[in-house]
Amino acid sequence: MSSIQPNSSKPPIVSIRNLTKVYGNGFKALKGVDLDIREGEILALLGPNGAGKTTMISIVCGLVNPSGGQVTVGGHDVVRDFRATRSMIGLVPQELTTDQFETVINTVTFSRGLHGKSKNPALIEQVLKDLSLWDKRNNMLRELSGGMKRRVLIAKALAHEPRILFLDEPTAGVDVTLRRDMWQVVEKLRETGVTIILTTHYIEEAEEIADRVGVINAGELLLIEDKTTLMKKLGAKQLRLELTRPLETVPPGLEAFDLKLVDDGRALVHDYAADETHGNGQGSRIAALMKALAAADVPLADISTHQSSLEDIFVKLIGERA
Amino acid sequence: MTGTFNFEAVKAIYYFEMARMRRTLLQSVISPVITTSLYFIVFGTAIGSRIQEVGGVSYGSFITPGLIMLTLLTQCISNGSIGIYFPKFTGTIYELLSAPVAMSEVLIGYVGAAASKGLIIGLIILATASFFVDIHIAHPFMMVLFLVLTAITFSLFGFIIGIWAKNFEQLNIVPMLIVPPLTFLGGSFYSIDMLPPFWQAVSHFNPVLYLVSGFRWSFYEIADVNPIVSLGMIGLFLVICLSILGWIFRTGYRLRS
Repeated sequence: MSSIQPNSSKPPIVSIRNLTKVYGNGFKALKGVDLDIREGEILALLGPNGAGKTTMISIVCGLVNPSGGQVTVGGHDVVRDFRATRSMIGLVPQELTTDQFETVINTVTFSRGLHGKSKNPALIEQVLKDLSLWDKRNNMLRELSGGMKRRVLIAKALAHEPRILFLDEPTAGVDVTLRRDMWQVVEKLRETGVTIILTTHYIEEAEEIADRVGVINAGELLLIEDKTTLMKKLGAKQLRLELTRPLETVPPGLEAFDLKLVDDGRALVHDYAADETHGNGQGSRIAALMKALAAADVPLADISTHQSSLEDIFVKLIGERA
Repeated sequence: MTGTFNFEAVKAIYYFEMARMRRTLLQSVISPVITTSLYFIVFGTAIGSRIQEVGGVSYGSFITPGLIMLTLLTQCISNGSIGIYFPKFTGTIYELLSAPVAMSEVLIGYVGAAASKGLIIGLIILATASFFVDIHIAHPFMMVLFLVLTAITFSLFGFIIGIWAKNFEQLNIVPMLIVPPLTFLGGSFYSIDMLPPFWQAVSHFNPVLYLVSGFRWSFYEIADVNPIVSLGMIGLFLVICLSILGWIFRTGYRLRS
């Protein structure tokens, strides 16, 4: 679905080197993470709760001091050149933290000022309109629903026209309509060249919108890969043949195909790698299986194939390391 | 220090805080004015009429600088602390910490607003007092200097409390429990000459004594301690607050984990 391919030959917009974070209580939140984020991409960071996703984002944005390692944004060090790096970044935090007694327009205007930008009512109006907040601009934040507050936080993060947008668990507790609106905004931002990093544990979300996927667990980046490559590399396919009557054994003539009888003999399954169908004449293997099935007179009722989702891949990865 | 001073951010914080004052007009302006008027009615008029002059001025006039100081201290500490405590409490501090602002700019924004509020209220009380008693300001420049320095110093002190406080109780402990006794015992309503020698000596350990005394001197040229000493004490307290804040910003104490 990516219309604009991120340019991987350019230097990374965010570069994280051997980043560590040990909290005061001795908890190691990050254990030497290396990560390059390409300009213009949508990167999804997956991981269970407490994996270190938020800590990593917080260090890049300046909320948390790193214990070791280096982070640069647009070539500037996040600690030394914090003004340069933070001016480029917009952050939508995980928690719905708002100034309850402020109005929508004031809080969004405040965010722009805080980032050192002079007032620009036309831009604020556009941001609010894009997020369907314009009608609510004079409402106090406490009068808004949770979903509306989430929109306000996004508006605040966009008020200073950031080049990089961090969305920390943007869709936690958000309804379907808002989620769809939000992805439209994200898509629109990407078209203007904004780099977007989102953390989530909703894997289908990453699967739907991300260009690349990183998996973090227990303070380590387990992998980072183009989404399609990842799906191909790790995604397994399964061909399932439903039978009209149960079989006792795999019929003769099909031994070469690595078939298994399941469900008390009511179905035959064949596992193969996702990229097998594309490369090196492997497609003919399925065709050969089909011919053999017909020749062996297998009582076929139905055929289905299933490709593992990012979720399956994720569960498998975390499981292997556990 | 990198880049240039983020003036827009200081402005944004300052106006944001001043806007809160407008929203809570009743609480932040009307309430101190009513309280002070009650002091004048009770101490100045009812009781004061039975008290002879102190140092050549009527009792009502004598207590005016102390009353202004009492309100100024309480207001500056409260405003200075709540300004930074509230974002910490609600979590909106994430925005301050992730914005391209140095903590010194955050400080100027919040403390500037807290001190401005304190000054506005102090001047309103001065105006209110003039309806009840005769006010004479012998050294207007020194009066303003004392007022401004005290407002800034105690707003800084409030800011420190706001960063240190982990809950509303800790937040209120200083303005509610420590400032009023210090002010009452710091010569706001009497001259320490009236005290026995032992308590006179004890009073000199009360920092508020120096503030009230110096401030009163700028009105009536009567003082419990030399006005230069008063000024020096405010300066000392200012330096102490700035040093503590310097340490807080360097270490990220209770701000950045």
